Amino acid sequence: MSSRAENIAAATKALHGVSRIRPAEIVFWLAAVAAFFFLPDQYLLLNEVMITGLFALSLDLVLGYGGIVSLGHAAFFGFGCYVAGLLTKYGVADPLLGLVIVAVMTGLLGLLTSFLVLRGSDLTRIMVTLSVGVLLSEIGNRLAWLTGGADGLQGVAPDLLLGRWEFDIFGKVAYAYTLAVTFVLFVIARRFVFSPFGWSVRAVKENALRTSAIGIPVNRRLIVVYSLAAAIAGIAGALLAQTTQFVSLDVLAFHRSADLLLILIIGGTGYLYGGLVGALLFKLVQDAIANLTPEYWEFWIGLILVSIVMIGRERIVGLPAFLLKRLRGVA
Amino acid sequence: MNTALETRNLVRRFGGLVATNDVSITLRQGARHALIGPNGAGKTTLINLLTGVIPPSSGTIMLEGQDITTASRSRRVELGLVRTFQINQLFPGFTPLQTVALAVSRRLGLDRNMFRPIGSNRRVIEEAVDVIERFDLVDVMNANTASLPYGKQRLLEIAVAIACGPRVLLLDEPAAGVPEGERGEIMDGLAALPADVTVLLIEHDMDLVFRFADRISVLVQGGLLLEGTVAEISNDPRVREVYLGDAVHD
Amino acid sequence: MLTNLFDGVAYGMLLFVIACGLSVTLGLMNLINLAHGAFAMAGGYITVLLVNGWGVPFFAALPIAFVASALIGLLLERTLYIHVYRKSPLDQVLFSIGLVFMAMSGVAYMIGSQQQFIKLPEFLGARFEVLGASIGAYRLLIVVVCGLLAAALQFIIARTRFGSQLRAAVDDPVVARGLGINVDLVFAATFAVGSGLAGLGGALGAEILGLDPTFPLKYMVYFLIVVAVGGSAGMMGPLVAALLLGIADVSGKYYLPQFGSFIIYVLMIVVLLWRPQGLFSRAGGR
Repeated sequence: MSSRAENIAAATKALHGVSRIRPAEIVFWLAAVAAFFFLPDQYLLLNEVMITGLFALSLDLVLGYGGIVSLGHAAFFGFGCYVAGLLTKYGVADPLLGLVIVAVMTGLLGLLTSFLVLRGSDLTRIMVTLSVGVLLSEIGNRLAWLTGGADGLQGVAPDLLLGRWEFDIFGKVAYAYTLAVTFVLFVIARRFVFSPFGWSVRAVKENALRTSAIGIPVNRRLIVVYSLAAAIAGIAGALLAQTTQFVSLDVLAFHRSADLLLILIIGGTGYLYGGLVGALLFKLVQDAIANLTPEYWEFWIGLILVSIVMIGRERIVGLPAFLLKRLRGVA
Repeated sequence: MNTALETRNLVRRFGGLVATNDVSITLRQGARHALIGPNGAGKTTLINLLTGVIPPSSGTIMLEGQDITTASRSRRVELGLVRTFQINQLFPGFTPLQTVALAVSRRLGLDRNMFRPIGSNRRVIEEAVDVIERFDLVDVMNANTASLPYGKQRLLEIAVAIACGPRVLLLDEPAAGVPEGERGEIMDGLAALPADVTVLLIEHDMDLVFRFADRISVLVQGGLLLEGTVAEISNDPRVREVYLGDAVHD
Repeated sequence: MLTNLFDGVAYGMLLFVIACGLSVTLGLMNLINLAHGAFAMAGGYITVLLVNGWGVPFFAALPIAFVASALIGLLLERTLYIHVYRKSPLDQVLFSIGLVFMAMSGVAYMIGSQQQFIKLPEFLGARFEVLGASIGAYRLLIVVVCGLLAAALQFIIARTRFGSQLRAAVDDPVVARGLGINVDLVFAATFAVGSGLAGLGGALGAEILGLDPTFPLKYMVYFLIVVAVGGSAGMMGPLVAALLLGIADVSGKYYLPQFGSFIIYVLMIVVLLWRPQGLFSRAGGR
């Protein structure tokens, strides 16, 4: 029989152990910083991967932690994109101030739409998220006088970053900026998921009935995590608009939501890094396929999706998560 | 004597069917009260009314003198009315420690904290360990809940409820489905419940009821047939007819 | 006014014929199949190839489109879908989106991404006046054919032995198995017929709906709305839902062109707020 002091020590260690910073995480971020110094030819690509990874982090919060299957997450990304683009074009050209405004506005959009997502079964949620996505895409198309319609929003020229650095055509400042913002949001998301609040969100996914039976208001938890994730998706969109200085209707397209789901699934859900890992893999695969058959690469995306499900998601796509867990030393 | 939980003329109709018929029960503080009745007597409906899953058609529910008839589910838990489930409702991907720690965090009002790790609060850990020790779950506290033996899962089901700090605990068939060899563990778990917590036990296993309860209410067709001590109930011919007779045929 | 109503009914009838198979597969196996529109597209393209390419008469091509789509459905059901019934909704979504992407790029690769027009028999271009409404022969044909199909389906489900087996399997697959009903067979047959009907609808409606490789994606939400609003208990729910959707969409686009397709999304969101459980007759079943 173990003593109480021993039990408390063991419990403390176990609870802390889950949220401990792993060596693999440090390596990951060091590699991202190293890329800044050693891969100057790849800034544009790295910038895109990092933004997609941040976008996927947002979906991970909703799906991997909250358990909500969303097929319209591009709504928030695209909304953030347009808000950032319009802000920059019509007065608020400071990138960081733009990010803050975008985060608030997209968060509000998430809050508004979260009430629809709380209701009903998985299919209802899929439909509603899908419809909200299509609806926003339609709005973007109809408001051509504001969004530029099919031609895209041109003339997005942000001010100097922190009053010092200009966004250059090689994407050097862009990548550094995206990396820094993504890192900060990762730190916040990481604290969030290991907090009691974060645990209660996971609890909802595990068993909503039990969660409410221990006195945790399930719907309120989902509303908060959904809005928070929306804000992060919006920031990812804003980063894209600011660093590429252009917004096209494509940011709201359905395939973006579907691709995002694939990215997160490839990288693995529920450990935050899945999105970044998946974004990198996705980009590599996309480039490889585009070299073969540029026009029909969606066919191969489809084939990958079907194959993943046929082989079993947990068997192949959890691989990075599995490796990370091995590195962590806790199963 | 203080009254912990009281229902007054509780009625619930589903269309033309009366599932709960004018039920008035009073549980004094610290009571070990059992609710028995044949299948379809309305026991589950009564639990759902008490915990706020469905609203009553008429009547009131009082918790320690406070009217909670219209309170939300999470509000009732906050006030100290906690339940367990007949079919395990656990977090399969959590460890028992994580499960209990979350419930304790909620009780201490820390569950809205979004920035400090759950393990950083000393009180959460201490109280979680208290509960874990009380229900003999120390050995498995870091195991995956889904991989626990069924009896341990049943114990965890009760442990989570206790971690919520209940004033009144509703136990919905705690021994349901537990194999004979693991029943002793459940009995020990029930014996370990804090004395000041009022318990309403819904159970089919008469052996367990007679050992655990000091008072028993018999529910038949949605209404209370009678209420009394263990001796009174076990000797009542009506009870033998409607309920114990059934149990023998089971 | 009446003309619009009639066009809306024709449009709704098409949506019903295409989506009714989806409602049954969803109710029967809890399968979320986003790729249902691909079968409708298959029917449309088969008809285009037969009529425009080989000169097969339109009315002869329709049954072929039905049979061919049904066979494609059966093949995919036996080889692929059968493995995803027991998987999570997320897996079903990933799988069926994958199929949609493959179907879209496959068609674009083989046939091209331009819109296709079927050479309809000339008499279908006729219009005549009934009670002040201008009725097109083509839409009249759609209403008649789809109406007959709806009646036939209702009869099969309500009156035949297969129909009662199907209803039992939808109600409770476990019990149905216990009663000796071969649920797998029922499902395969239903899936095939549902795919066939979708193909027939796609062939009939190519002129109204427009046929190009983006078809399965463009109408995905429409089919889902029919199923979600109509429920999966019988044929009447989806039929009513499809008619409402068709009428709302056509008149919305006519009277409020600037809002066009917003109408149906707003309607759906209102409906979902009104019936929180998503209007499924068996909500929360899984």
